[in-house]
Amino acid sequence: MPNFFLRSVCTIIFLITSLCSFAQQKVEMADTMRSNGKIYVVVAVSITILTGLFIYLIFLDKKISRFEKNKE
Amino acid sequence: MRKSWWKILSFFLLAYTFIGGFLLNVPRLPILNESIRNLYFHVSMWFSMMILFIVSLVYSIKYLRTFNHRNDIFASKFAAIGTLLGILGYATGTIWANYTWITDQHQSLGSVLKEPKLIGAAIALLIYGAYFVLRGSFTDIDKRARVSAVYNIFAFVMLFPSIWIIPRLVGSLHPGAPGSDSGNPALNANDIDSSMRIVFYPAVIGWTLLGVWIATIKIRLQLLKDKNLINA
Repeated sequence: MPNFFLRSVCTIIFLITSLCSFAQQKVEMADTMRSNGKIYVVVAVSITILTGLFIYLIFLDKKISRFEKNKE
Repeated sequence: MRKSWWKILSFFLLAYTFIGGFLLNVPRLPILNESIRNLYFHVSMWFSMMILFIVSLVYSIKYLRTFNHRNDIFASKFAAIGTLLGILGYATGTIWANYTWITDQHQSLGSVLKEPKLIGAAIALLIYGAYFVLRGSFTDIDKRARVSAVYNIFAFVMLFPSIWIIPRLVGSLHPGAPGSDSGNPALNANDIDSSMRIVFYPAVIGWTLLGVWIATIKIRLQLLKDKNLINA
């Protein structure tokens, strides 16, 4: 009987510890980058590229509009 | 510049996509980690591609009903930008898969190359590639417009088995396939976290509007070139 008792206690302990470790499994994210604010550098760079692309598109759009006027 | 509110809207939606997409909270998931933010870029490429292909299909049908040359130009340019977005979606997908399938899930390159989703998407893009080969091979402008309009309908119909049906039937590494948790090979509307929804849907609209803008610029250029032809 004590053997059975020991076994069940051990089982429960192992079960709990394994569950705990499962719950605490850390998913790695770029938290450092967020905490020191370097993520804003990434945002600034991508917004700059996006703005540049749109300015180029506006320029192209205007140029074609000019051609369309000349033709008519 | 032809002033249109949707061009400005496109800029602000994409600016929001970049700011919100990098800064807002996303679910913390193993394997995906921070790369889950690719949803705003990779997946919206495919959504925009599908929307532009639908527009192209509508213009092809319009051409076949009216035989107005304008509709043929519209159909071909929308298909061209749709294909460009599809290629970008494919390219971004390869980068993403490299870091989540091969590196983190220890898949061999062989199993990744057997992906039904990848093969289906490649077939769909190649069919659209053949659309431009077909267009280029005609010298007669009416024959070109007519045959390529019919082919465009076929190409759109081929999207159904190649990217919507077959990847749903077989197991796949791609999120949502039967092998994984949700039942949709691209994106499950019930599966997507609500914190990502608020960036994802504006991103789709923003990228689509940008694609439409580029397509209209190409259309206007082509119309200028063909002006004499159309008026004649």
